[in-house]
Amino acid sequence: MNYYDLFRATLPETVLECAALLVLIIDLAALRNAALKTRATVAAILGVIGCGVALWAASIAPSFSAGHDLLLAAGGSAGVAQCGVLVLTALTLLLLIDTEFTRNPGEYVAVALMSATGGLFISAAQDLLVIFIGLELLSLGLYILTAFAKKSGRSAEAAIKYYLFGGMSAAFLLFGFSYLYGLSESTWLPRVVLGTYFSAARGGWPLLAIALIAIAVGLGFKVAAVPFHLWAPDTYEGAPAPAAAFIASVSKVASFALLISISYVAMHWAESLYAAGYLGPGYVTIKSYPPGTPVPRVTPGIVTAWPFIVMVLSVASMVVGNLAALAQISVRRLLAYSAIAHAGYVLLGLAFFSRTNVSAEAVLFYILTYGLTTIGAFGVVGVVERTSGSDKLDAFLGLHKRNPALAAVLLVLFLSLAGIPPLAGFWAKFNLFSAVLGRSYSFPISSPPTVPLVLVALAIAFSAVSLYYYLQVLKRAYVMPATDESPIRVHPLTMVVIIAIGIAVLVLGVFPGLLQNWIASFYPGF
Amino acid sequence: MLAWTIYISFAGALLSALLPRSKPGLSRAFALSIALAGLGIAIAGYAAGFAEGRSILVDLPWIPSMGIHFQLAADGISRVLVLLTGIAAVAGVLFSWNVDLRTNQFFAFYFALIGGVYGVFLSADFFLLFVFYEIAIVPKYFLIAIWGSTRREYGAMKLALYSFVGSAMVLIVLLAAYSSAGSHSTALVDLAHAGLPVPMQMWCFPLVFIGFGILAGMWPFHTWAPTGHVAAPTAASMLLAGVVMKLGAYGCLRVGIGLFPHGLDPWGFTFLGLASWRDVFAVLAVIGIVYGALVALAQSDFKFVIGYSSVSHMGFVLLGLMALNQIGVTGAVLQMFSHGVIAGLLFAIVGRIVYDRTHTRQFADLETMHLARRLPFAAWAFVVAGVASMGMPGFSGFIAELQVLIGAWQVAPWWTIAAGIGIMVGVAYTWRALQRAFFTDRIPTAQELETEEHHKLAPITWPEIAGVILLGASTLIVGIYPRILLAQIEPAVKALLAGGVQ
Repeated sequence: MNYYDLFRATLPETVLECAALLVLIIDLAALRNAALKTRATVAAILGVIGCGVALWAASIAPSFSAGHDLLLAAGGSAGVAQCGVLVLTALTLLLLIDTEFTRNPGEYVAVALMSATGGLFISAAQDLLVIFIGLELLSLGLYILTAFAKKSGRSAEAAIKYYLFGGMSAAFLLFGFSYLYGLSESTWLPRVVLGTYFSAARGGWPLLAIALIAIAVGLGFKVAAVPFHLWAPDTYEGAPAPAAAFIASVSKVASFALLISISYVAMHWAESLYAAGYLGPGYVTIKSYPPGTPVPRVTPGIVTAWPFIVMVLSVASMVVGNLAALAQISVRRLLAYSAIAHAGYVLLGLAFFSRTNVSAEAVLFYILTYGLTTIGAFGVVGVVERTSGSDKLDAFLGLHKRNPALAAVLLVLFLSLAGIPPLAGFWAKFNLFSAVLGRSYSFPISSPPTVPLVLVALAIAFSAVSLYYYLQVLKRAYVMPATDESPIRVHPLTMVVIIAIGIAVLVLGVFPGLLQNWIASFYPGF
Repeated sequence: MLAWTIYISFAGALLSALLPRSKPGLSRAFALSIALAGLGIAIAGYAAGFAEGRSILVDLPWIPSMGIHFQLAADGISRVLVLLTGIAAVAGVLFSWNVDLRTNQFFAFYFALIGGVYGVFLSADFFLLFVFYEIAIVPKYFLIAIWGSTRREYGAMKLALYSFVGSAMVLIVLLAAYSSAGSHSTALVDLAHAGLPVPMQMWCFPLVFIGFGILAGMWPFHTWAPTGHVAAPTAASMLLAGVVMKLGAYGCLRVGIGLFPHGLDPWGFTFLGLASWRDVFAVLAVIGIVYGALVALAQSDFKFVIGYSSVSHMGFVLLGLMALNQIGVTGAVLQMFSHGVIAGLLFAIVGRIVYDRTHTRQFADLETMHLARRLPFAAWAFVVAGVASMGMPGFSGFIAELQVLIGAWQVAPWWTIAAGIGIMVGVAYTWRALQRAFFTDRIPTAQELETEEHHKLAPITWPEIAGVILLGASTLIVGIYPRILLAQIEPAVKALLAGGVQ
């Protein structure tokens, strides 16, 4: 890959960075004396335009063939996730217009765009260094966004908590990466996977296990998987609503896209060997030449340990997330725990990952629709919070009277999160779980085929539990008597965004083929 | 044509939500016209069905990458239940004529529920059936929680969670069947012919039977039913007992028995005298019949009596299904129709005609009110509904329960004997309710007569009369001339049993 190719490949990221700088300049130079509302509107619109141009740049990105020094992937899950990151970023920026938590909207938009750049990088990264730098770029932006409500003590507290957790997990991640590099002598993902087999055959297996666990800590933190989830409730509660929406959607999409890349590289490799008969479930046979006679040796590698680690995280997240959400009285914390639960479902799809595109497409469908739904949910929460000054369950009392449209969107979004058909969330779950069950053999874990089935049953059972806490919010909005019946006024643009998201969730639920075909179009030959 | 029942109902739900909140009259008139349109289509579709047998109504590719089709089909069983839904929908609108709180929203949720119910009865694709089944859950919650009475939020949440747990079990089976059939289709026909392995059928069948059975009021998962029925507003309890419990029974029949016939095979060993899932569920059904009737006998709340009687009567449906022979299953389907109509009528009388005037459902209070004299229409309507519910010849319940009992006798006589005890207790609790609520022995004192003169109960309105006539006539017509339904049920059951057992 030469520099020109690299420039072409990183065009979307470059566009975003330029847009970020442009927003800063215009906000600081041209609009210094303008009203806050104008500045917020201009900054947000510029940011959205930046995302739009980056989207266009992504669509004309060249499809370069795989080489041995490929830093970034194009097409496939990377392409889908990049488009998702850009669209979701634009939506969260639009939520900024009607907020008052900051006097520096330009800076907010600039930081958000830079953070999204990090998201674009990790969606496509194929190299340990790019992954780490992209993750840091994403995370640093998120810490700043969390702390952006300078007048709010909770915002600062949330940010410092998030930052400390984040710093520590980044250290774990780097530690794990350094071991991987030491074991495989490469930072390029496919070679890392291959290298680990050889080093494991030479007795490096314990180091590999440590490396994988350290990486799981780092990435588990990003997707808020139990037991690395402790930052999530506080951050969701303390961060300004648009920032929380950004963390809950964009950052999740990018991080899961990274997990897809890792799983894909690991599985693709191993499953093609398995299909060719070189591999037992989860193990590879290494023959050593010379000296002496070839000694076949059964060697564990990434495919042995990684799915198992992911599976443990998945089960823990489903259980803890759903049970903890039952007890929440703050809707933001409720959304945080529900996010943990959803991360658990997605991780199940990643643990039982298929060599074909079925799993990747199902996971992408899930995180895109989930990200969309969460942004809408945070939009509604933000509006309610601004009116009543609280995000407690009781702030939603009588919402159907105070603003019927808002209540209707809330109904659609929360039922979608609970997985009720015909909404997008149901289809996402169905798709994901059938991908988990649809794999033709029990691999990579040498387990009876009942394991995926039992875990899917567990996930479905817990999504039945989740209906209870989603209904707690909807019950306030529709059933219980209102304490305050004054109508809630919403900025028209915010309302348009929220309603559009509600309609999108409904339409994607009724016609899931639309999004599915779009995702599939990124994969050549399928 | 029958497919339009679904579209009309969902369109009605959407438009109802958009109607102005300040004009309840408009919402009511609109709702009645939608319900009547649905009933009209259901009757026309039923009449056309005598010549047709099983027919595919709609078949469109819905999600091509998964091989899922939007496929609607109707056979005799579907048509009978669609007809029942049409009748119950019209009656429900008539008996909620006095809903003044958020009338437009009430009918929006009402028709979303009805649309889901029509959809389940007409689905020929397991996935589609499941989607419609879940669509029906949410409106129930809101109908009960917003417009209900006694402990409504508790009853509504319990109902929603029970339903959702049941549907979660069904979803597991759906996913398992889809992924192991490998036919890349979720059509019921394709899944039935996929030759699912017997061990899998052995665990899928009980899971799906219990999953649907929860909604059919199967003992011991019935406890949502009495609380839900009591908490629900009149129209919702009519629908719950009338059609929603039938969703569960229909699912047991169409999916449970249709897809996993080998799940009913003997286990090869006996445990406590039970040798197959068939025995297990038959015993649960019989327990439900007797237990529901006995508990109904002990209630002091009028509506709880009807709520538990529903559990008892639905036990007959499940028993008929587990008889697995032509006459038993036919009886079960007929009992679904019969109980839908009769329970609807009973709930209408208790919830709308009596409770909305007296504001009490306690027998102790009702006894002092001399309702036979003050509400003669209600008293006589309840006499008719009560004897129909007891299984008096001439009403639909008689022929349905008789068929179920004959079917059960052919398999295991003691099922019939135990269920027969349930019928006798049924006579007792109906008689007791009738006597305590309407025909008390106490003679009114002069003073009581005077107070009653001053506090006249509101007169019976035309929608109530129309509703009672509609439901009463339905049970009477079917009771006197059962061929009208049996002519379509019998061939459909025959085909289903043949297809399922092969």
